[in-house]
Amino acid sequence: MSLLQIKNLSLSIHGVPILKQVDLSIAPGQIVAVTGESGSGKSMTALAVMQLLPNGAEASGAIRLHDVDVLNRPEAEMCALRGASIGMVFQEPMTALNPVKTIGDQVMETILIHKAMPPAQARTRAEEVLTRVGLPPDRFPLSRYPHELSGGQRQRVVIAMAIALRPKLLIADEPTTALDVTTQAQILDLLKGLVSEYGMGLLIITHDLAVVADMADRITVMRHGEVVESGATQHLLRHMRHPYTRMLFEASGHQVILPDTVEPRPLLQVAQVVRDYRLPRTGLLGPQRHHRAVDGVSFTLNKGERLGLVGESGCGKSTLTRAILGLEEVQSGEIRLDGQPVFTGHRPNLAVRRKMQVVFQDPYGSFNPRHRVARLVTEPFHLLERPPTGTERQDRIAEMLTAVGLSPDDSNKYIHEFSGGQRQRIAIARALIIRPQLILFDEAVSALDVSVRAQILDLLVDLCATYDLTYLFISHDLSVVRTITDRVLVMQSGRIVEQGETEQVFSDPQHRYTQSLIAAAPQLPEIGQGAA
Amino acid sequence: MLRYTLKRLLSLIISLAVASVVIFAVIEVVPGDPASFMLGVNAQPDTLAALRAELGLDVSRVQRYFNWVGGMLTGDFGTSYTYRTPVSQMIADRLWVSLPLALFALTLSTLIAFPSGIYAAARRGKPGDLTVMGATQLGIAVPNFWFAMMLVLIFAINLRWFNAGGFAGWENGLWTGLHSLTLPAIALALPQAAILARVMRSSLLDILGEDFMRTARAKGLSRRQALWRHGVRNALIPVLTIIGLQFSFLLAGSIIIEQVFYLPGLGRLVFQAISARDLIVVESVVMLLVFAVITVNFLVDLAYAAVDPRLRSRT
Amino acid sequence: MSRNLILGTFLSSLVLLAALLSFVWTPYDYAALNIPDKLRPPNAQHWFGTDHFGRDMFSMIMVGARTSIAVALVAVGIGVGFGVPLGLTAAARKGSWWDEVIMRGNDLVFAFPSLVIAILITAVFGAGAINAIIAIGIFNIPVFARITRGAALSLWEREFILAARVSGKGAARISTEHILPNVANLLIVQGTIQFSLGILAEAGLSYVGLGAQPPTPSWGRMLADAQTMVSFAPHLALIPGLAIIVTVLGLNLLGDGLRDWLDPRIRVART
Repeated sequence: MSLLQIKNLSLSIHGVPILKQVDLSIAPGQIVAVTGESGSGKSMTALAVMQLLPNGAEASGAIRLHDVDVLNRPEAEMCALRGASIGMVFQEPMTALNPVKTIGDQVMETILIHKAMPPAQARTRAEEVLTRVGLPPDRFPLSRYPHELSGGQRQRVVIAMAIALRPKLLIADEPTTALDVTTQAQILDLLKGLVSEYGMGLLIITHDLAVVADMADRITVMRHGEVVESGATQHLLRHMRHPYTRMLFEASGHQVILPDTVEPRPLLQVAQVVRDYRLPRTGLLGPQRHHRAVDGVSFTLNKGERLGLVGESGCGKSTLTRAILGLEEVQSGEIRLDGQPVFTGHRPNLAVRRKMQVVFQDPYGSFNPRHRVARLVTEPFHLLERPPTGTERQDRIAEMLTAVGLSPDDSNKYIHEFSGGQRQRIAIARALIIRPQLILFDEAVSALDVSVRAQILDLLVDLCATYDLTYLFISHDLSVVRTITDRVLVMQSGRIVEQGETEQVFSDPQHRYTQSLIAAAPQLPEIGQGAA
Repeated sequence: MLRYTLKRLLSLIISLAVASVVIFAVIEVVPGDPASFMLGVNAQPDTLAALRAELGLDVSRVQRYFNWVGGMLTGDFGTSYTYRTPVSQMIADRLWVSLPLALFALTLSTLIAFPSGIYAAARRGKPGDLTVMGATQLGIAVPNFWFAMMLVLIFAINLRWFNAGGFAGWENGLWTGLHSLTLPAIALALPQAAILARVMRSSLLDILGEDFMRTARAKGLSRRQALWRHGVRNALIPVLTIIGLQFSFLLAGSIIIEQVFYLPGLGRLVFQAISARDLIVVESVVMLLVFAVITVNFLVDLAYAAVDPRLRSRT
Repeated sequence: MSRNLILGTFLSSLVLLAALLSFVWTPYDYAALNIPDKLRPPNAQHWFGTDHFGRDMFSMIMVGARTSIAVALVAVGIGVGFGVPLGLTAAARKGSWWDEVIMRGNDLVFAFPSLVIAILITAVFGAGAINAIIAIGIFNIPVFARITRGAALSLWEREFILAARVSGKGAARISTEHILPNVANLLIVQGTIQFSLGILAEAGLSYVGLGAQPPTPSWGRMLADAQTMVSFAPHLALIPGLAIIVTVLGLNLLGDGLRDWLDPRIRVART
């Protein structure tokens, strides 16, 4: 008999339909993955099981946990169920814990709130589960506060809270999306281990198909609040019936072919760059401590080359990006573009800035909401000595919008009228409008859904052919970097630990860190053998 | 934690030093010589010189500043120009009215504001919330001295539960003293409570939207349990700031309220001193008020660290 | 439009209209004494009654609105005029000595409640409406500096500001072109609130004799005059008090309404 049975679940919030006729079931010891792009309703399905829906939500259908009808239970009985029979792990470990309570108190609270055992015993249990999730009390005392732990460690605490009472069902909503690849692999291993050890059912919500294929016994694919396809993992991967499923998998592993580069000559030269940040002193008269974010980095980027920069959060890639852009001065070393230094006499060099542009990660934060597209796109004209005016300006705007796949008429719209993918296109238009010699893509596709990401990657390839782009592509996503760059730099703790031809580095990594990165990244399965 | 405390202490001392310079400089701008003002136009030159020496006016400005500050540090606030009595004695007498009044009002305001703010947040959008919010909206709009007059009209003149004004003194017992401060304290506290309740409510509502509140609910806490165990303490952080700021409003407010109730506090003293041009009294009272505000804000900074472990470990 | 906004706009414009109208018309001369008609409760001839000199209270309230609005408006102007540039420059040079000086200066001014500033000014220059303006205005400066700096700091972290920097724009240009328009809503809301606080503060200062001096009519002084007569002529105290409450309530509702009305637009634009 199945542990969780969702039948014909429909949900609307303030009258807006969110879920339509969703069916799903999980057996004890089984891992079921629900996947789909943003807006597919996958998280709402999880919250519906917990009955932690936002105000104004109305659900119909049935959600049964064993023989209990969750949907029509009074709130008090749901409280008894949550934490004891169903545990939940959330996406954002940095904010999921109460900052003013110790981790011990927070884990013990799950036990005490259900009056499962007396406080002394609860404490022992808390120590046990924290040890189980990899935070032994001798190294991570119960008296620690969340801010003293890293993101991965906090996620372990959240998991410990969720499993403290050995629930029959564990729900994990994008549990590793906010984490680095190596941490992600550890957390996924931990979850898998817990499922087999406790015989729990695990409902994992994730947009990452590689994770899905790697973990799940069964897969449910959702779109616009509906289940488009579901089945046992191996079977579904071999026989994808629904075109959307196939499109999703293809977009996730989207490969592009870059056009050949022009004759190589050095464009960007980074030599022995060091950037330190001051840390607060410890103790009253402690020494001034520094964090070396970038530590003696040197590399050359040739004209026409597409260079990748990969590394986990905190490795210094953002700091390096800001230094190249001339937004922050470095303590030592030099950055030259086309032979000229980025900084001269503590001031950013305007002549160099003119040759560089950037595309940022967040399509929502990259534009002033009060300006129209025409003004947004032409902002880099400020760098020019004689910015184009009148019809010339209009023509340039129209040309750029067309080049990125938008219409010239879009120039009179405000930014909130566009989707995330369209905004990223506008960001590319803004970067291209002064024909810079170098473009930096700072996690430029990381916030996009896979299908949109695939389109933007295709656009980049087109633009490479038309405009002979040279770019530095900064990303934590190895699969994207692998297809969109010619050469790659691997960065760890402020240093470049390995560099080389992209394909070479990925197929035969030399440095231990690169090897661990590539090993940790979940692999997309080969698909389509059996597909019609 | 020690480093944090010392840093705050240092900024407290600097603030006090700068404030004292500002106050001294402003008073120095006043034209005329207090000694000749006190003795009138017909004073003998040698009597004048003697008085100037007695008041410490015969030295340079810089010297006078350090004498003033040094004196205050040892409890000597100088001599009143009009009463010829030590200013410290005058202030000490009045402080025993003003300080209890401000503290009484602060206590009342907190006692009213916390429960109503939490109540309103827990019932967001429901009739209970709307009632509390409507009442606070009105409470903010009411000038405290007018409210005080209305209290006098109702409770002193019509119902005769309290005296319309004056202070019975502490020597007749704590209860008698508190009784005569009750109406003034209510007049001061209610408008401030309205502000504080709104801050408490909105701060709690912000916290209710945080991820960790959802985590708490996923553990099996009911809405109310989550609110009390995880919400209130986090919500206190912005509320503490407002309590600190309110203290300065309460002190200022008590100066005005003392006028309504004819209370012999610092407010009465300072207005008498202004009309008598007794500047040394004005100077000292203002310094004392500023000292109180800065000190309270220092204590609020320390309270932050007690509430928020992130501040504690930032040393 | 929310109920707050409608009611707030209605009450605020009522008071504003009364103040403007008083320049050209009042039912009676507000300064005209009429001892035989003194201390009349509200009636058909004198809608708000008469005071102890027989002056028409309705006319005095209308003219008093002028004083209140003028003082509070100029005080908000001082706060915005000095505070906003200070806040913008502090945020633009976050962590510099300039930022530190401004923030410590703010803390220092916060230690001087406007009443204390008024006491100091009066002790030196004597009482008057200008004192009230300066005292309330000085206290408004750190309010606006702090709120501007706070909002600007979070904007400086946004990627559209980084994009503007990459386009070679300097701190001054970014502050006026990108930061200011995006904090304007916040400033409008805060301005409304400070305006209402200014009305309250002016009334308090006038009540203790540190504000507007006779013959300038002011609500606060009307209350001070009423104090000894409250037992037998309560309308003397009730009416100016209600005038203050209506004005402050109207402005606060307007501020709340504006916040709700302006905020979702920002949110829509962001998401």
